[in-house]
Amino acid sequence: MNGAVTPKIAVRGLRKSFGRNRVLDGLDIDCAAGESLVVIGGSGTGKSVLVKCILGLLRPDQGSVRIDGAETVGLRRKPRERLLQKCGVLFQGSALFDSLRVWENVAFGLIHGRGMEREAAKEIAFAKLGAVGLGPETGELRPAELSGGMQKRVALARAIAADPEIIFFDEPTTGLDPIMGDVINDLILKCVRELGATAVSITHDMVSARKIGDRIAMIHKGRIIWHGPAAEIDHSDNPYVDQFIHGRAEGPIHMEIRAL
Amino acid sequence: MLKALASIGAAFLGFLAATGHIVIFAVTALATGLSPPFHVRATLRQMLDIGYFSLPVVGLTAIFTGMVLALQSYTGFSRFAAESAVATVVVLSVTRELGPVIAGLMVAGRVGAAMAAEIGTMRVTDQIDALTTLSTDPLRYLVLPRLLAGLVTLPLLVVVADIIGVFGGYLVGVYKFGFNPEAYLARTEQYLETSDVVSGLVKAAVFGFIVALMGCYHGYHSRGGAQGVGQATTYAVVSASILILVFDYGITQALFAR
Repeated sequence: MNGAVTPKIAVRGLRKSFGRNRVLDGLDIDCAAGESLVVIGGSGTGKSVLVKCILGLLRPDQGSVRIDGAETVGLRRKPRERLLQKCGVLFQGSALFDSLRVWENVAFGLIHGRGMEREAAKEIAFAKLGAVGLGPETGELRPAELSGGMQKRVALARAIAADPEIIFFDEPTTGLDPIMGDVINDLILKCVRELGATAVSITHDMVSARKIGDRIAMIHKGRIIWHGPAAEIDHSDNPYVDQFIHGRAEGPIHMEIRAL
Repeated sequence: MLKALASIGAAFLGFLAATGHIVIFAVTALATGLSPPFHVRATLRQMLDIGYFSLPVVGLTAIFTGMVLALQSYTGFSRFAAESAVATVVVLSVTRELGPVIAGLMVAGRVGAAMAAEIGTMRVTDQIDALTTLSTDPLRYLVLPRLLAGLVTLPLLVVVADIIGVFGGYLVGVYKFGFNPEAYLARTEQYLETSDVVSGLVKAAVFGFIVALMGCYHGYHSRGGAQGVGQATTYAVVSASILILVFDYGITQALFAR
């Protein structure tokens, strides 16, 4: 895809099956440094599995994932931990730790992953909470005391706490009302730009995809079937993409519906 | 006939595979403790949860166990005029057997279930994946503190349970059957050996480890939302309870069989 410049993330021939269900089927994709790539696709098409394979949370059956040109598939625990220090992740359900206060969630990676002193990490955590529009009083609350939108903001603050080079956003606006979704989109744009980070987002929310993506790729049946600049998605000449972005039931994509 | 044999064989192989997975899980988790960082705060919190917060339930079961034991043994021994052995039977039964087993089963129900539910919920809500992405080994952060806390704390809990259980027997012996208090205490002490107490504490350490291991293992491998977490909790309590009884026999056989 990109020629001379080494992509920040390069995925080649990625395959992953769960039993007889082949989720990723030889997937190829690149993401350049500083780029915001959005992967779109229907539910169950392998978006989350792709991100988990890139992060090493799942081991692919076959294929290669290179970050900054270095192979990451099969890395042992310590090098994997070092690699993950470059990354921040915003999970679909926020995945905040219930037993910890909000600031402890944000500072978790700094304290436990990097061995930073609690006080120094607390200061950074409150600064990051401020960056996502949450006041210091929020820091002392428990995640269960927050609304869904506030939890997403805290998750975003945790994802950017260590100033990562790469940030993954897994369905960042799912479950939020359109206004809060737009707030989160704006925050994602702001944070990614301020950090100068590479961003990989997966979503089926086209409003979000158009807003936060420099480039969009569509995944279907475990392969990338189209990719290009976000502005060109309306002129893709790809019937799958057209059906998906317009949300039509009729088209080449058939949702699997089983009779009750 | 062949089908029946095949299903027995498959079940046996499944049992061996599960045992292997659990052993590998335990060894991998323990191995993370050989190098820093050490999560002392998390370990102390688990010790508090397993030990201090289990005191009421363990104390209550221990006192009634000691009381019932005194009642039953008095009824039996009075048939051949051996009532004076009640105190000895109570103290030996409680320290060698009932203290650790009752405490183990109570902690399995209270703490093992809670561990499986907590870790299981973390699994199905991506919190364990979040730990990994924050460069924190979930086995080191979640599992090791619980295993260590179970190993260390249950013996402490059993010391308390032993004392309360013996006190229960004392209450029944002295206030119901009219034993002389000094004589009862003297008989309690007379035939009690250090090995009786120590063997009970060894059992307690093993049971504490089993409870924590089953809670963590089943929680860590739970799948499929609330139903999966519920199933993990059930498996954790049932498997820990069965293993406690199996290991109780094994340890008793190893320590006391002549």
